Amino acid sequence: MARLSDLQEWEREHLLHLRDQAPRFTSQPWVDGPPLAQRRVALISTAGLHRREDRPFSGGAGATEYRVIPQDAAAGDLVMSHVSVNFDRAGFRRDAELVFPLTRLKELAADGEIGSVAAFHYSFMGAPFPPTRFEPKAREVAGLLKRDGVDAAVLLPV
Amino acid sequence: MSAVGHYLEDEGIPTAGISLVREHSEVMRPPRALWVPFMLGRPLGAPNSPQFQRTVLRAVLALFERPSGPVLEDFPHDAPASAELPPDDDGSGEACPVLFGRPRTAGAPGLADALQEEIAQLRPWHDLGARRRGGSGVGISGLSPEQAGAFVAAFLGATPPANPRPGQPLGQTLKFAVDDLRAFYEEAAAVQPGELSAAALQRWFYLETVVGEVLRAARQAALAGPDESVRLVAERSLVPRAMLQSAAG
Repeated sequence: MARLSDLQEWEREHLLHLRDQAPRFTSQPWVDGPPLAQRRVALISTAGLHRREDRPFSGGAGATEYRVIPQDAAAGDLVMSHVSVNFDRAGFRRDAELVFPLTRLKELAADGEIGSVAAFHYSFMGAPFPPTRFEPKAREVAGLLKRDGVDAAVLLPV
Repeated sequence: MSAVGHYLEDEGIPTAGISLVREHSEVMRPPRALWVPFMLGRPLGAPNSPQFQRTVLRAVLALFERPSGPVLEDFPHDAPASAELPPDDDGSGEACPVLFGRPRTAGAPGLADALQEEIAQLRPWHDLGARRRGGSGVGISGLSPEQAGAFVAAFLGATPPANPRPGQPLGQTLKFAVDDLRAFYEEAAAVQPGELSAAALQRWFYLETVVGEVLRAARQAALAGPDESVRLVAERSLVPRAMLQSAAG
């Protein structure tokens, strides 16, 4: 479905426009780590997710903020306040794991496939353009992940 | 998403991400990306499919074991179909969630009353869905669905309604109220018998319900209104572009 050839023409053109306007990074950082079974894993979403009691995402200067989702957050407490209406939300209504697979991650930890699940996970709202606007807040989250001992961050778009 | 990953990796955090648009990952070149052939909004493929979701998650995590990069790999499986329609079906032939009648009269007051009636009809389904889901996604506006419906319908009047959340722009309150209404309707529909496709649910909400009619009418009124924040939301974020085209066609 997310093959461009399957999308409507206006959506295909929009996504290709974003591709053409996207920044090209001159560096390509690469960080090694221990075997997967020893890694501490965090989820980083750009779905505009947060706990019900958190401030919703909004446009303007606050659009690149992030929200913290603790490991013990219940799926039923997660809400989505992404500004875009042009992606499916019906699946998330049925099952939050489709967008934010925290339970799946805990299952893999219980099976020993990963080392552990991070204490805190994070969500951005992936709408601001150009995406280089995320740099300050992304670097801030990196500091928080380090303090949590995370050495594997799984990035989940919508 | 690729940019966030770039900065995290640059700060020393290894990253691996799902890519929903391969063409974007090709130019952004994140360290590790798994392209998946799923619809936008569904990075793990399918709801209520734990085994498939685990397979996708394992495939992303496996990228951490690669010795060098950047890595852009294709996930080899389509999302399981379950009871949903094929992705190239727009859902127009599917049975819609049940709504028993639409008592209404022409004009804005009639639409506002009909919207309250529609919300009342869906309330038991929604509350059942919320119990099964372990919670409801409704709640970002701070308004109940009934209050959100009345607020949105008030945009059909001669003057925009007062902002029930004066600490934020009126357009922002409108957007959150609409998001809550959509969550309420979709959660109600999700628990009814039969599993509708994403496309069918979208058509139902925007084109076949009273709330969809209210939204399209409110959008038109808001575009001509005096508040810039409302005009901006109406232009970009009230009704998906595909649904506007369908309604016009």
